[in-house]
Amino acid sequence: MGLRKPPLRATHADRDASFTEFGGWEMPVEFDSIRTEHAAVRESAGIFDVSHMGEIVVSGPDATALMGRLTTNDVTELDPGDTQYACITDEDGIILDDTMVFGLPDEDGQPRYLFIPNAGHDAEMYARWTEYRDEWGLDATVRDATEEWAMLALQGPDAPELASEATDGATTDIDRFKAAFCDVAGVRAFASRTGYTGEDGFEFLVPWDEVETVWSAFDCQPCGLGARDTLRLEMGFLLSGQDFDPDDEPRTPYEAGVGWTVDLDTEFVGRDALEAVEREGVDERFRGVVLQQRGVPRHGYEVVDADGDHLGHLTSGTMSPTLGEPIGLGYLSDQAPPGTRVRVIVRGEPKQANVVTPPFIDT
Amino acid sequence: MSFDVPADRRYLESHEWTTTDDETVRVGITDFAQDELGDVVFVELPAEDDEVTKDAEFGVVESIKAVSDLLSPVSGTVVAVNEALFDAPELVNEDPYGEGWMIEVEPNSDGELDELLSADEYRESIE
Repeated sequence: MGLRKPPLRATHADRDASFTEFGGWEMPVEFDSIRTEHAAVRESAGIFDVSHMGEIVVSGPDATALMGRLTTNDVTELDPGDTQYACITDEDGIILDDTMVFGLPDEDGQPRYLFIPNAGHDAEMYARWTEYRDEWGLDATVRDATEEWAMLALQGPDAPELASEATDGATTDIDRFKAAFCDVAGVRAFASRTGYTGEDGFEFLVPWDEVETVWSAFDCQPCGLGARDTLRLEMGFLLSGQDFDPDDEPRTPYEAGVGWTVDLDTEFVGRDALEAVEREGVDERFRGVVLQQRGVPRHGYEVVDADGDHLGHLTSGTMSPTLGEPIGLGYLSDQAPPGTRVRVIVRGEPKQANVVTPPFIDT
Repeated sequence: MSFDVPADRRYLESHEWTTTDDETVRVGITDFAQDELGDVVFVELPAEDDEVTKDAEFGVVESIKAVSDLLSPVSGTVVAVNEALFDAPELVNEDPYGEGWMIEVEPNSDGELDELLSADEYRESIE
């Protein structure tokens, strides 16, 4: 199967980006260096092409019911212009994907939502939404708009000013975790004051054919998926398919540290299983580790105690560009709470590490 | 993009270089390799007096995004290790043929070097 390409594929190639396969898409992984791109986002601003993220629009009289029954959070709290982070769980409460849900302006008096599945999950979620809609007999329209809208993320302390300049000040009225339609460099876009880096900034949904205009409107460091990964890792943000995955890393929101997205007062697929998990508690939790010895923690590395007994394993890791320290994320036994000294097995060698609660940095 | 491939070295297809002119040879990774890896953050090397084997792993280099085995261009005994890389692994990016060298080896035999790629052959392999 061929890889899906973002509309700016050629523009990135002209800028000497290197590419990687991610979720079935061929995406820029690095423009200059991960360290340079990472520092730009922490210190000034950077722009990412994240057009591999999915977009699914749900509208109609029963749109609120359909969204509510397939996501863990309380969708009825969402007014147009609000955003909400949520999990999508199966009947057992296992996370299939995590997503941002947006309340869009009503259409003909009917509620309308947009949600953002992770790369490569759009077709699966479109199918899930339409199948459940039909099974439940709900009146809602579901549309996979993934290849209608490109997505750019402008992130960093200077991002609000850059966004304001490109929108004649329109984005200054958008508070954190809010969203609105506005013109970016003359292009109608949906601007959301959200991101995946821990920094202030915006994510712009832009018509696929007009994204070049918006991309080139921002005079700041272009960033690839490499820096996106190190930035989210420093914040302890989950990466779908890696920190949780229904096949390889099946986890409930409570284990994954996102139990706050679960509203048990609502009805949704997975609710009853999650109520039991919430009542009984979990054995393993999503934690951070900081290595005290030389080495780099990576996905799959085992974590043990001083006697060599198994405590858990890592799902992500890197050398933190901000801290200059090796950091990892993963699932550890409740016997290893934050503050515990553990060992991470790096190619057979136990390396001392401390358990911490992410984020690893203050932003 | 064009990469530096000095004519006075020999190369492995796996992107390690070795010097050829002394009793002992110096080993590192190429300009192409450091560029592919990106920011190098960690290097694991053998100790002095360890034995290394041609085409076998002698260490590991890690960048932010990748982990890569280091293969030895020759068989022999490690006589020096570039310990500067432990605190400054970025030297591998900044000066891959100079300050970013990794180990020095006293080869068991001279003949092995002749089996390695010349600079021209290596350049062809990365084009």
